[in-house]
Amino acid sequence: MSSASTQLITSRKMGIYDPFQQVSMWEDPFKGDISPNTGASTILQVDAGLPNKSEFNSHELTGPSRNDEEGNNTADKVRRRLAQNREAARKSRLRKKAYVQQLETSRLKLAQLELELEKARKQGVYVGSALDTSHLGFSGNVNSGIAAFEMEYAHWVEEQNRQIFELRNALQAHVTEIELRMLVESGLNHYHNLFRMKADAAKADVFYLMSGVWRTTTERFFLWIGGFRPSELLNVLRPQLEPLTDQQVLSVCNLRQSSQQAEDALSLGMEKLQQSLAHSIGAESVLAGNYGSQMAAAMEKLEALEGFVNQADHLRQQTLQQMSRILTTHQAARGLLALGEYFHRLRALSSLWAARPREPE
Amino acid sequence: MDKVTRLVSEKGIVIFSKSSCCMCYAVIILFKELGVKPLVHEIDEDPEGREIEKALMRLGCNAPVPAVFIGGTLVGSTNEVMSLHLKG
Repeated sequence: MSSASTQLITSRKMGIYDPFQQVSMWEDPFKGDISPNTGASTILQVDAGLPNKSEFNSHELTGPSRNDEEGNNTADKVRRRLAQNREAARKSRLRKKAYVQQLETSRLKLAQLELELEKARKQGVYVGSALDTSHLGFSGNVNSGIAAFEMEYAHWVEEQNRQIFELRNALQAHVTEIELRMLVESGLNHYHNLFRMKADAAKADVFYLMSGVWRTTTERFFLWIGGFRPSELLNVLRPQLEPLTDQQVLSVCNLRQSSQQAEDALSLGMEKLQQSLAHSIGAESVLAGNYGSQMAAAMEKLEALEGFVNQADHLRQQTLQQMSRILTTHQAARGLLALGEYFHRLRALSSLWAARPREPE
Repeated sequence: MDKVTRLVSEKGIVIFSKSSCCMCYAVIILFKELGVKPLVHEIDEDPEGREIEKALMRLGCNAPVPAVFIGGTLVGSTNEVMSLHLKG
């Protein structure tokens, strides 16, 4: 096999994403390193009539052979597939173990909290009884909704890394337009899934989502209403999409500007929400009667937060869709790759930052 | 409803809002950013507010506000406005 793909495998094994190596490899996509035969056999066989989008891997084993080398390569692919399956199963077991451990800790924490609450009540600390039981009951739901999200998100990240790997290979192997289109659709679909997950999480606990604890530290640095700013991401992506036609340049510019305007509007709406919440809590009279209605008004404000998070995600989703309309399939594939690599690098940066050597105390 | 139809034909862009609704505020800001001055009708300050709210729901809005009308036709709520805005 060509040296390019060996490099890929080693850097992946190291678990450290080497941006510079990848960039230099990417710069020479047309160097004749990859023989046409290897290219043809790594292309996943797709029957013209089947609209199967994400399951095209299964065709590897059932597709008709094209030439003599096909036999060996099929055995390789089978072995590779089996190894991948083992790996996926192992990861699944680890995930399950982690999840169960998490549940156990949560259970202990909950028991602890209940004890503390009982103690506080006995000591006469003011805790409105109606709010109390509903809070405990609600937190029960929150835990399961959020725990489920955390697990799904971890899985989502893994799947994204896998898709990025696949995209990179596909682009270097110069697969057909149809196959590239399928990969692009999978990628877009994957983001669509993320927004669906986030919508559910927002219902469970919008503050959890807004805090960004579910993201790594560097990603959190860029947090805007529960995620990234679409206009910022467009700025990051643009240079990697060249060459663009004049019409495309104009469209992307307009899109970025429109997104910026929408973001500003939402930001101002959020500010107004903060102000009006502060106002409704900080009112003068704390008489028993007023307290109830004050809190009710404040609760309504908090409910509006879910709407803002949903609108922010809607903006992200729509920006993605628009870009996929403006770009050609090949550009879109490169764009998705660039986006995925950008996030991957941010996450890697978080790990590096956490592990950096610090002054001994 | 008569009042709704009368109001939406008054000017280019008409937005039904509630003074307490911050999302409505965001949508109004967006139009102002584009240099447009929409006609805003705060239905919580209107004695017939309840009726207007029901009429808007009947027209197909999930949430009564914000409801945006352009040239007399219902464009929709925040989702639709944002989608259209991004498409140019």
